[in-house]
Parts: sequence; structure tokens; C-alpha cells
Amino acid sequence: MVRVQGRRRFLGAVGSLAATGALSGCGSVVGQALTGADGPSSLLNFWHPFTGGDGEQLVRMQSTYRRRHPATDLKSTTMVWGAPYYTKLTLATLGHRPPQVAIAHISRLPTLAASGLLRPVSRSEMDEHGLNAGHFEPAALRRARHEGEVYALPLDTHPFVLYYRTDVAEKAGLLDGEGRLTDVDGPEKFLDALRAAKEATGVWGGSVATVKDPAMCWRLWWTLYRQLGADLVRDGGRTVVMDVGAAEEALAYIRRLTAERLVPPNADGNGGAITLLTAGKAGFLMDGEWQLLAVQGALKGKFDMRTFPRIFHDAPYACAADSHAFVLPKAPSAEAQRTGRALDFVRAMLDASYDWTKGGHIPAWRPTARSAAYRRLEPQAHYADAADGAAYDPAAWYAGADSNLYRRFGDVVASVLGGHTRPGPGAARMRAAVTELARTEAPV
Amino acid sequence: MSATAVPGAGAGAGAGPPAGAGAGVGAGAGAGSRTGAGSAGRGTRTPSARGGSAHTGRWTASGMLLPFGVFYVVFLLGPLVYTAVAGFFNGSLVKGGLGDWVGTANYAQALGSDEFWSSLGHTLWFTVLTTVPLILVALALALMTDRFSRGKWFFRLAFFAPFMLPSSVISLLFMWIYADEIGLAQGVAKALGADAPPSWLGDPDWAMISIAAATVWWTVGFNFVIYLAALQEIPREVHEAAAIDGAGPWQRLRLVVVPMLGRATTLVAVLQLVASLKVFDQIYMMTGGGPDDATRPSLLYVYQTGFTDGRAGYASTVALLLFVIILLISLVWFALIRHTEKEA
Repeated sequence: MVRVQGRRRFLGAVGSLAATGALSGCGSVVGQALTGADGPSSLLNFWHPFTGGDGEQLVRMQSTYRRRHPATDLKSTTMVWGAPYYTKLTLATLGHRPPQVAIAHISRLPTLAASGLLRPVSRSEMDEHGLNAGHFEPAALRRARHEGEVYALPLDTHPFVLYYRTDVAEKAGLLDGEGRLTDVDGPEKFLDALRAAKEATGVWGGSVATVKDPAMCWRLWWTLYRQLGADLVRDGGRTVVMDVGAAEEALAYIRRLTAERLVPPNADGNGGAITLLTAGKAGFLMDGEWQLLAVQGALKGKFDMRTFPRIFHDAPYACAADSHAFVLPKAPSAEAQRTGRALDFVRAMLDASYDWTKGGHIPAWRPTARSAAYRRLEPQAHYADAADGAAYDPAAWYAGADSNLYRRFGDVVASVLGGHTRPGPGAARMRAAVTELARTEAPV
Repeated sequence: MSATAVPGAGAGAGAGPPAGAGAGVGAGAGAGSRTGAGSAGRGTRTPSARGGSAHTGRWTASGMLLPFGVFYVVFLLGPLVYTAVAGFFNGSLVKGGLGDWVGTANYAQALGSDEFWSSLGHTLWFTVLTTVPLILVALALALMTDRFSRGKWFFRLAFFAPFMLPSSVISLLFMWIYADEIGLAQGVAKALGADAPPSWLGDPDWAMISIAAATVWWTVGFNFVIYLAALQEIPREVHEAAAIDGAGPWQRLRLVVVPMLGRATTLVAVLQLVASLKVFDQIYMMTGGGPDDATRPSLLYVYQTGFTDGRAGYASTVALLLFVIILLISLVWFALIRHTEKEA
């Protein structure tokens, strides 16, 4: 009996301890999420999907911010990037518990803004915090608008670029007198360069992530397709204007990469493609500039980067790109929104965006992009003009970062690369997929 | 607990009000009411009173069931009803609420969609690829382990251990094993003489087989343990009697042991079928449904339409269809197995 009572007392003590913990936790982020309270006005919740190299740069920028703004209690939450990140952001906003400021891909804006999840930033608010429109990269800011209003403040432009090993390129005779890559623009010239690199490495000419990476496959295809001057959809994704001939031409070129044994058909997205470059089994890597730190860590000074080659000349230069941007998810009240504090934070991060460029990204904040320090930064400066040719994803609810369109189109590209589907039927499959998506009732 | 039971129980005990009120409050109060009634007796009722013990016994059972009942209604029946209702609306994840009434448009779209049928096909293919070996391999391992008189614990642990790993761990393990160029599986295939081993997770023809093989390794331990327990229940005398009657080892296995494992086989087969039809975790992590959607099961299709596309209403329709299909297949399967068991 004594033992039973002792146990009850113990359980009671544990229970009351837990209850105390839960109550005192109300001030914490978890407590706030449960109760839906605004939290103290000094609290600024910030959500972002930056891990790895990007995460490191962000931590540095945040600690500078915290030092200079002791009055703001910055709570930064890191989440795994991908479609689930947007699910969390959406549900938190719908549940009236949004962070005050968050990072979103600008390609996701059509869905986020149209569904009323974001709070637009007025011109006067922008000017008040020194965020004048003229300070942003025009192409990125154009995509930040929805029905005339600005819904996002772009932090960077991150294009699909070309990495190459300088030692392999030199051995292959692809470097000019100053150690820069010679002309690789044009369908044959690029393949010739890959061929020369293949002879130098003895294994492969170049690599690109194709297994389990529909996003990278999409970027490769979208780059070539846009260089052919073709477009995909209009009218918010409801009208398909796909050029099937151009799609097939782009796919046929992609197939040549593997059919001529210049690029492996099975490099995986979890580092396999990069490893081929860093291990010296490939001279070129077609990838996003965000892999810079990973490549730099392995190759130190033995590599360089440039904009993705201009394969086709049918249209102005284009390379698949996206932008990270700050957005203000709509809060239930002005006290919870804390727009002023959020915009102050955005301004501080943009001012510190030189640190951000170290991860490879091209700054969308022109004071940084035009600074002498950035222009001297290597190899970042070698592809900085890619921002001018940034080809954003089509504006549609089914498009954008880690979207259904990526998967549907990326699967076709991977299948063509692997030789399972011919370019003609591949283009037809793409057309069928985008037509079906355009006909589907939009969730926004 | 039904509402009519409350006054009846209270009248029978004579000291109804405190206990009745306590049990009515909710899960926590159900257990508390027992002590409450005892101490609140004020000497009018002794603990040994018959009516009292029948009374508390009655409340104990319902009180104990109540927490689970509440859980079941809130987290299972409720969402199921909500899913059924939401399937008739065009609800959106990015807007909240049910959306607008669309009638059976979602059903028409799902049943007319290639993606729905192809993902269902992949689910069934995965089920065939896993259920059959998971029963046969588990039985074989159990039969072998049962023969050991010493060190049985080691084999029991060794075969069961993978089952204790979380799905993320086995996914990562097998992603390394199946990796191109550097993976163990390609290395072994090359050592065995294959010139160009397939890309295990990258080739549409092999990806599902690779995932199924990983799943068999991962979950065979559960069935193995059930079979091993059933084997140990077969009395030694039965073996001896069969041996005396002149049955050879193979005959003993086929005509004595396997029929006596019938109940275990029913259990394993039904549980395994349902588990395989619900496959999601390892596929989501290992291939994400690729390459070229060759490994996308129905649940991943639900996930993609619901969370990537944000079409909550349509995803609810597909989820409900999947629920009904799994229910039907399970019932048919269960009836089939029971039938063969009776015949045997």
C-alpha cells in the first residue's frame, strides 16, 4: 500500500512538473505554436530552408544581426528544403501561427501570393526601410510582383552554371593564355570540349545529376529550351503554348550527351555527380552554383566556373534560375505581423549579402552586386552575368521549386538521358503532362 | 459507453451520483471515480459489498476502454468521415476549409487518371514482391532456427534485429548499398561476373525489385518471430509420433508442421498484405517514387496530389478509394485463407 501511494505521489509530482513546464513554455516558440499567442513584440520568428554551405553563411549573417540589434529576439528555424517546407509554411499561415518573415523561392510565389497567404509590401514601406525598388536586380523583382504588388524581397539569383576542373581543361587544351576556358558556346563546340575532357580524364567528359534529381534534369532541359526561344505556358498556367519541336530538339541534344558517352546516364543527385568531378572522373559539372562550397572544399584552387554555355542562338541568352526571397506570411493581427521589425531584419540581411555570395549565390541587392569586393570575388564574379539571362520557371500553380512540373518533366529528361525514351515521344509526353496540369482545377 | 448505461448503473449501486458524474467527465476521471466512490461512501457502504464491486467492475471496464475510444473517434473515425466528406469538395491546402461542392467530379477524375491506376499497380506489384518472400523466407528461417538447441537466442536476435531499425535508417543503408559506381550491390554483381550491373535504384526495371529486397531484409524478422513461437508450440510428441509412424523429415514438415502452423500463417499473411499495401516510407526516402514514377505507390500519389499540388479535396478522394480497395483486398484475402485453412 505504501509502495502504491509512493508511486502515485511520484506520478503526481511528475505530472505537475510536466504541467509547470508546459505553462512556462508558453513564452517559448513551442508554447507559442500551441496557444497561437503573438509572443512578445521583440520576438521575430524567421523560417528558412538553408542547410549545408548556405546554412553556414546564414548563421554568420544572423549572428552579425543579433549583435547589432540586441532589442530584437531573432528565432531562426531551419527546415529541410523541398515541397514539405512550403506545406509547413502554408499550414502555419492558415493556422494563424506564421513566422514574421520567411524565405521562399520566387518561383513559388504564384501559388503563395495568389492564395492570399502573404502580406504585400507597399512602396512606402519599402522606401521607409531603404528597400527602394531600384536597389534590386530588376529580373528578380519583376518575378516578386503579383497583380502589381510586391510580395517578396529577393535575396539572390541562383542559376544553373558550368563547373570545370582547370587541370583537366589544361590537359585537354581548353584553356586560353590567361587560364580561362576557351569558347564552348554552340552545340558542337560544347560537345567537342566534353570529348576533349573525356580523353583527358579517361572516364567521362562531364557529369550532371540525373538519378533521383528531377529538379536538375528540369534545369538542364529548361535552359536549352529557353535558349531555343520557346515558352511553355501563359495565363497563370492555364494556356499551354509549348513548342513541341523545340522541346524535342532540346531533348535530342541532351540525349547526345549520353549517347556519345560523354556524360554518365546514372549520376545520382546525392553527391554522385559532384564526386565524379572532384574525383577527377569528369572535367565538367553542370549544376547549380550552390554547390560551390562543396566543390571548393574538395578541389580548392583546381576548378573554375562560368555561365552555362550558350548552346543555341535562337533567343537571348538563358539559363535556368530561381531566387530566394524574403516574404511576410500573413499574420492574424498587426501585433503578430510586426512588419517594421521584419523589414528591418530583411534590410540588415540584404546589407550583409556579401557573406551570402560566398555560398555561390549572385546577390539580388545591387549595392552588394556592384561592390568592388564582390566583383573581385572568385570564382563568383566569373558567372555573375548569369543573372541577366535568368530563366525563371513558368508562372503556374503546378510549377516552381520542387513542383509537380519538375517531377513530370524531369522524369522525361532522365528517361531520355538513359536511352529509355526517344526525344520525339519524350516531347510528346511533356506536352501531355503540361496539358493535363493546365486542365486541372487550380488549388488557388 | 452508451448513455442508457449510466442511470442503470447508478441506481443499482445506490451511491450513484459521485461515480456517475465522475465517469461522465472523461478519460482521466473514469479511473479516478473508483477511489472517489470508495472514500465518499461515508460508512454507508463497505468495500466488500457485492453491489459495490459489481458497480465498480462495470465502470472499470468502460472507464479503461474510454481513453482508447476517445482516441479512436478523434484520430481514426473522425478523420475518416472528414476524408469521405472532403472528397466531394475541391478543397485546397493553401486556402483551408472544405472548398466548393464538386459532387463526384473528383471520383471521375481519379478513376479516369492513368496516374491513379499506375500507382495502384505499383502498390500491388510491391505487395506481390514482398508478401510472398516475406512469408516463405520467414518460415524457412524459423524452421532452421528451431533446429538449434544451443545459441538459438543469437539467431532469434540476428533475424529480428533489422525489424527494430527505423525506416529512415534502412533507407539510408540501402541507398548506400545500391549506389551507382561506389555501392556494394554493384561491386558484388561485378565480382559475380556481371559486366554492367544495373543501376539498382536508377533503372525503372530494377528499382521496385531493389526496394522490395530491402524491405524483405528489414521486416522478415517480425514474421520470423511469429513462426518461431508457433513452432515451439508444436508438442514434441507429435514429431515423435509421426517419426514412429514412419514419416520422413520432408513428410513431417509438409504433412505435420506446416498444417499445424496454419493459424500463424493466416496471421502473418493478413498482416503482411495490409502492411505492404500501405507502403510509403522507404520508397519516399529511397527513390521518391522515381525513376520515371516506376516505384510510385498509391500513398505517394496521395501525398503528391495533397501536399505538393495542394489539392486536398482530390487527395481525399484518392485516399478514400485506396482505403476501400485495401479493405476489400484484405477481406477477400482473409476469407480465402480462412477457407483453405479449414480445408486443410
